[in-house]
Amino acid sequence: MDRIPLEKKVLSENDRVAARLRERFREHGILCLNLISSPGAGKTTLLELTLGRLPKEARVAVLTGDIQTDNDARRLARFGFPARQITTGGACHLDARMVERALADWQRENLDLLIIENVGNLVCPSSYDLGEAAKIVLLSVPEGEDKPLKYPAIFLKSELLVLNKIDLLPYVSFDIARAREHARSIHPGMEILEVSCTTGEGLDQWMQWIKRRKETFKAESAKLPTLGC
Amino acid sequence: MHELSIASAILEAVRKEAEKRPGVRVSRVGVRIGALSGVEPEALSFGFSALVQGTDLDPLALEIEAVPWRQRCPQCELTFDVKDEGLACPRCARPETLLAGGDELDLAYLEVEE
Repeated sequence: MDRIPLEKKVLSENDRVAARLRERFREHGILCLNLISSPGAGKTTLLELTLGRLPKEARVAVLTGDIQTDNDARRLARFGFPARQITTGGACHLDARMVERALADWQRENLDLLIIENVGNLVCPSSYDLGEAAKIVLLSVPEGEDKPLKYPAIFLKSELLVLNKIDLLPYVSFDIARAREHARSIHPGMEILEVSCTTGEGLDQWMQWIKRRKETFKAESAKLPTLGC
Repeated sequence: MHELSIASAILEAVRKEAEKRPGVRVSRVGVRIGALSGVEPEALSFGFSALVQGTDLDPLALEIEAVPWRQRCPQCELTFDVKDEGLACPRCARPETLLAGGDELDLAYLEVEE
């Protein structure tokens, strides 16, 4: 009996597809954001408000993942931008192959922002690279301030934390200072925004964050050499 | 609960490696699963044995090495396992420390028989 060392990632096939996607996004100047949260934290509502605030000529598209139904894509398509549903049929996360398939017939040259709404889940989506420039984790106030400690991986891997539903702070025992502290103990320097999709508070900062991230993405992309694939 | 997808990725990888080595039989695959990987070892074992049953790779054993969550202190260089006490350095009390292990989701080795 022989033992052969392998030393590779279990998800190396996913990572390979994700690298291909990332290269294509860079080539076409598309900032890709991967939005992750538990079910019901407000991803689709935040996206509705985001699309509603963009000018008609914005070059944006959304992909939205769910286990079943195309309800979210229908909600998002009302804004006149391309919106497509990925129905995973049971899988609790999106993987890079699903994203690649969903984008196969899209005119990528007409885009500069692609937002992927992942399946509602704080665990599994953290393992799957989708070729995004940044993961964003959304945490809503009723969920409790200890989520960063319970689900450290996603807070570690996300560039931005959006604390949503802050209009509910007077009604729930959520200590926002502690939530910020927990998030930064897991991920020092993590960017944090406080938002309410009901009152609109914090949405200007969210839109500014996207705008700023587009600029840094362009600057980062210009620095990297082309891989020629 | 994406252990079944992970189990299926492991099987896919084993099959690929086996194809490179005609004439040998893979009897065991070793994986390293970090505490932060989001994968529950017991659920992975269960999903793996369900998937492998009745395939050309059956019987194939899965050995899981669970890797703890580890942080490193950039100030005093101590590497420590994270338990309930939080992420601050237990030696010099620096609050901000860096990830040093626990996000593994790796294929470590195959055992093959001629």
